[in-house]
Amino acid sequence: MMKIYWKILQNEFQTLFRAKWVLGYGLIFLLLTDTLFRFAGGGTEVWVSVSNIMLLLIPIISLIYGILYIYQSRDYLELLLTQPVNRPTLFWGLYTGISAPLTVAFIIGSALPLAWHGGLSEGSASQFFLVLGLGSMLTFIFVGLGFLMGLWFYDDKIKGFGFSIVIWLFMAVIYDGLIMVIIFMFGDYPLETGIIAVTMLNPMDLARILILIEFDISALMGYTGAIFNKFFGTSLGTLASFGMLSIWLVIPAWAGLRVFRKKDF
Amino acid sequence: MIQINNLKKAFGPHQVLKGIDLDIPEGQATGVVGPNGAGKTTLIKTILGLVKSDSGDISINDIHLNGNYDYRRQIGYMPQHAHYPEQMVVSDLFQFIEDLREEESVYKQDLIDEFNLEPELHKQLRVLSGGNKQKVGATLAMMFNPSILFFDEPTAGLDPHSSFIFKERIEKEKEAGKTMFITSHIMSELEQLVDHVIFILEGEIKYYGRIDDLLKDNQQERLEGAIAKLMEEPAR
Repeated sequence: MMKIYWKILQNEFQTLFRAKWVLGYGLIFLLLTDTLFRFAGGGTEVWVSVSNIMLLLIPIISLIYGILYIYQSRDYLELLLTQPVNRPTLFWGLYTGISAPLTVAFIIGSALPLAWHGGLSEGSASQFFLVLGLGSMLTFIFVGLGFLMGLWFYDDKIKGFGFSIVIWLFMAVIYDGLIMVIIFMFGDYPLETGIIAVTMLNPMDLARILILIEFDISALMGYTGAIFNKFFGTSLGTLASFGMLSIWLVIPAWAGLRVFRKKDF
Repeated sequence: MIQINNLKKAFGPHQVLKGIDLDIPEGQATGVVGPNGAGKTTLIKTILGLVKSDSGDISINDIHLNGNYDYRRQIGYMPQHAHYPEQMVVSDLFQFIEDLREEESVYKQDLIDEFNLEPELHKQLRVLSGGNKQKVGATLAMMFNPSILFFDEPTAGLDPHSSFIFKERIEKEKEAGKTMFITSHIMSELEQLVDHVIFILEGEIKYYGRIDDLLKDNQQERLEGAIAKLMEEPAR
């Protein structure tokens, strides 16, 4: 089955890169990083800015692409499902086959400008790897969520897209605002532990927190970030966030697989 | 040989298959007819493993379908629509399915020649006409020389010439002793291609047998008339 998995993965890579837009997606990050290098001259400022854009862009694009793939591939899925291949192998092949090329485009796009801007400066290497690592994790998480939504609302595209947009909006914007409101309203009570627990439930917040801990810029990263930094400090916070983010990596894919196995196509 | 026992399937509150029993011997060509929503596609998709039944039992050549997937090696399926990934090149698609099955195709070149797909081989699927996409679907269904073939509305998108070639191919498969299922709304086409017919109405099999017998029983010349008569029956 492993061999078949690789075949599916390889085929998705080939097909996706033939679709020019993945190259465009990589190009966006290339232009972004290159421009930032020119203006900020390299170092921390570049990677902070890249991380800011990446935190908004990667989840929405991955989510939409994940769900779009399911909706566009209904006949193709039927073809593959009528071949002598088991469903889990097919699911992992397609899921990683979509997530990996997007990740590769992001990584190459962001890293390529280093070639002509003279590599990583002292101290920014760990920041660079953190931003790329988080971007990759977010890609896999949100493609997984997109797959899940697409399989769940297989016959109701409007609902599927609607929920996806709401998920993104909620995690990217509303979540932090909601926490602010809670803090504002119940400021007299000891809320920190609760807030931290709630923050842990949002993968975009987790990525944000990891960036803020690494870059030590809590003021720029919203209220949840500030609280988190204060509470955890550096090493425990990093560990806890990475742990939670890894769980997030598993949950959408696992749920998607469950739906995929039982689904009537 | 395909055996189906008391097969049931519901989508939500809607009972689509209400206890189907079928015995299809090897080498039989069977037409599946019935009004839209009668359960034809669901029945076929259940045999293919695309839809999971609620209860009942299907076995193909004495292999129970229960979670088994290797039996699909013996099955070819040509779907009604064949919208495959737009950027994929036709020859790559064929190659990919061969890789997926870890199996060399038997009739790929024959089918490409017959359907005149040679000029399309290096094109991306998005530029292919609807008819050519269907021919790609037909090639995928038959190229591994499976012993059981399913065709869902196979000629719906084909021009008269392609349709003719396709039917010739089906005749050939039939002569080679393949077990075949064809769903179609075109009764004259079924008369031409199959000798048995399953008539499904509201999730139940109303008739299963030879077309000749059906015509005789209902004193009809054509299948269309016989089926129309069967559909009126519950009202009587």
